[in-house]
Amino acid sequence: MSEPVTMLETPIRIDYEFTAGLAQSRYLKGIAEGRFLGQRCPKCGKVYVPPRGSCPTDGVPTTDEVVLGNTGIVTTYCVVNVPFQGQSIELPYICAQILLDGANIAFMGLIQEVPTDEIRMGMRVEAVWVDKKELGPTMASVKYFRPSGESDAAYETYSEYL
Amino acid sequence: MAESEVLRAPHRIEYTYTRSVGPIIGAFLTGLRDGKILGATTPGGRVVVPPTEYDPITSEDIGELVEVGPSGVVTTWAWTDTPLPDQPLDRPFAWALVQLDGADTGMLHAVDAAGPRAMASGMRVTARWRPAGERIGHLRDIECFEAEGAG
Repeated sequence: MSEPVTMLETPIRIDYEFTAGLAQSRYLKGIAEGRFLGQRCPKCGKVYVPPRGSCPTDGVPTTDEVVLGNTGIVTTYCVVNVPFQGQSIELPYICAQILLDGANIAFMGLIQEVPTDEIRMGMRVEAVWVDKKELGPTMASVKYFRPSGESDAAYETYSEYL
Repeated sequence: MAESEVLRAPHRIEYTYTRSVGPIIGAFLTGLRDGKILGATTPGGRVVVPPTEYDPITSEDIGELVEVGPSGVVTTWAWTDTPLPDQPLDRPFAWALVQLDGADTGMLHAVDAAGPRAMASGMRVTARWRPAGERIGHLRDIECFEAEGAG
């Protein structure tokens, strides 16, 4: 007689079609061209990236498109040391909130080409893209961010985005 | 921007997790792997299938596990015309509560039937097992139920 059953695998899966919507479709087409597109709120002037098509504060459409820089600031970060299922990046790696130049909201990005004990708040980083012919409307077009070599941003320049 | 310029893509969210089943469900699943269906005896003398770790009415600990089935009675059922991926059968079938012989509760499982006209509350069904070598200790070790005498 074999061993008693003590564990059970429970698969949970959902297949669906994701519709990006107008604003994110614009954003993803910008990504396919190797640039970050944001949208500015006509009322408060804040620039959102990725854009959702409206300002969460003012509730108005953000129709004004803004081309953002390829560089930004690490506002905060996390060094990932714990393996998990489906992981594709070699441990340890750095996951950071990045405030792109010209944007008023940070987004999450992978940081590479820096030892994990050298990452810090305020570090200036730049996006590294895949080869031009591999660019597509997917975030996989941005390979990662790496230190740009510029001096760190002063805390006051990003403190309101933490 | 026109509606046609909106991007769409297929996505999949998948999260398979492994859970420990505990002594009672563990014994139930071990039983299934060995081709037996086990129920839990409550202090009041009822037999609950699948077994729970406690009496669902009084919350008292349950007593010994007893073998039930493999045949029983359909107490209620619902026809599924268009099975979804990963459901027990890839053709239309019935979900049914099957009260196995020796049990006092119904167990949810699929019944393989030609159509809803072949289904009825009160009909007798019996378990169709997967081959012994393919059973892993899972409710799917019973492929489905079928009308008694059909197999």
